[in-house]
Amino acid sequence: MQVNIEVNGTSQSHDVEPRTLLVHYLREECDLTGTNIGCDSSSCGACTVHLNGEAVKSCTVFAVQADGQQVTTIEGLAPSDEQLHPMQQAFHECHALQCGYCTPGMVMAAVSLLDEVPDPTEREVRVGLEGNLCRCTGYHNIVKAVLEAAGGAR
Amino acid sequence: MIPVAFEYERAESAEQAKALLAEHGDEAKLLAGGHSLIPLMKYRLAAPAVIVDIGRLSDLSYIRDEGEQLHIGALTRHRDVETDALVIGQVPLLAAATSEVGDPQVRHRGTIGGSIAHGDPASDIPSALLALRATMVIDGPGGVREVASDDFFTGFLETAIGDDELLTEIRVPKVPDAGWSFQKFNRRAQDWAIVGASIVVDNGSCGVGLVNMDSRPIRAGAVEAAVNNGASAADAAAAAADGCSPSGDLNASVEYRQHLARVLTRRGLEEAGR
Ligand SMILES: Cc1cc2nc3c(=O)[nH]c(=O)nc-3n(C[C@H](O)[C@H](O)[C@H](O)COP(=O)(O)OP(=O)(O)OC[C@H]3O[C@@H](n4cnc5c(N)ncnc54)[C@H](O)[C@@H]3O)c2cc1C
Ligand code: FES
Ligand code: FES
Repeated sequence: MQVNIEVNGTSQSHDVEPRTLLVHYLREECDLTGTNIGCDSSSCGACTVHLNGEAVKSCTVFAVQADGQQVTTIEGLAPSDEQLHPMQQAFHECHALQCGYCTPGMVMAAVSLLDEVPDPTEREVRVGLEGNLCRCTGYHNIVKAVLEAAGGAR
Repeated sequence: MIPVAFEYERAESAEQAKALLAEHGDEAKLLAGGHSLIPLMKYRLAAPAVIVDIGRLSDLSYIRDEGEQLHIGALTRHRDVETDALVIGQVPLLAAATSEVGDPQVRHRGTIGGSIAHGDPASDIPSALLALRATMVIDGPGGVREVASDDFFTGFLETAIGDDELLTEIRVPKVPDAGWSFQKFNRRAQDWAIVGASIVVDNGSCGVGLVNMDSRPIRAGAVEAAVNNGASAADAAAAAADGCSPSGDLNASVEYRQHLARVLTRRGLEEAGR
């Protein structure tokens, strides 16, 4: 089936099987390998991207469901090659990553969280990121980074 | 994990969805938010030949004030229910139960209709709808019919919705002044409930719905009767597991689930002001 999806601001058109998951579509058809697959069972959040501006787990969405919609991946977040998105910058400054595997999904979930709750408490950040697992950092610096990014936006 | 191949049809209207169901019979499955069905398909526990995508039926996504009730379209996403001012003001129990579903990513996709049409005893929202005595509206070849929540959940992953029918609306009585509580016991933040309880006490009349205490979502009728007869929270909650047949699994034995039902029901009744 032909799907037309606006990925990171660029129209993409591909012929895919209906059973193709959005995460496979992004990685294999669009060559955007920044989005990771962790659990492949809707639990870890590593595959989080934005569908029409909202965080979703792309291992639990068919590409055909995104036909005609807008998708943003971690590659589409930074305003330019030289400049990071404020959330990426805050992760960098707060040392919010170690191995980095969870990071693309974590950053996309965090950006979506601040869109909905622009000035969150620490608890709201922790609850808001409950769909994303990190096996390295212990979360403290991730929470710090999101609060930092929220402060910067204030 | 890759699901078995299927044919994909996107319905542009409820009428078209019904026509596609009539055409493909029990080969077809409706796809709303996909957050119960896609995991099942990935594990190959479900392998429908035809998927009818109703995810774009935006005219079935609404929350309306209709006098004594709120009418909620089946395709309304969890995120839109939990943040809606009418739901928070008129049926706070439903907003609270919905906000406990999974995590934000799940709530951006999952719908209230999918959550109850799936008929999973571990789901949070059915317990609230049972406690609140909601009514489900089902549309099919025989016309539109209303089914009381008590008659809706018929077995494990089974509901009153026929193969050729569509759940279109959920009607929830408004209870702005009722005492209420949603209790969910789980091990990790985003997990499903090991046991949960929805409690509402309005003008002395009590509703209690339980999560994961039987093969289908159920009410704790004995607790409701005890409260209505003036029993204390502790005395009424002692009956919470009466007549329930929970299963035992890795998370909890049968006895532990029965214990949790009593404890959560007592806490819920106390929080609801009993
Ligand atoms: C990681 C994860 C965690 C979760 N945690 C929880 C939790 O803690 N608590 C909880 O309650 N739920 C939880 N869920 C489930 C979530 O609530 C789902 O969104 C919901 O169960 C299904 O809604 P859906 O719109 O995604 O339905 P779908 O998956 O699209 O459909 C589910 C079933 O209902 C049928 N169906 C859907 N809509 C209709 C309709 N209008 N008429 C007739 N049939 C219909 C479909 O054919 C299918 O059989 C979780 C899901 C995931 C992936
Ligand atoms: S890979 Fe999608 S949630 Fe883990
Ligand atoms: S940084 Fe390694 S999993 Fe999060």
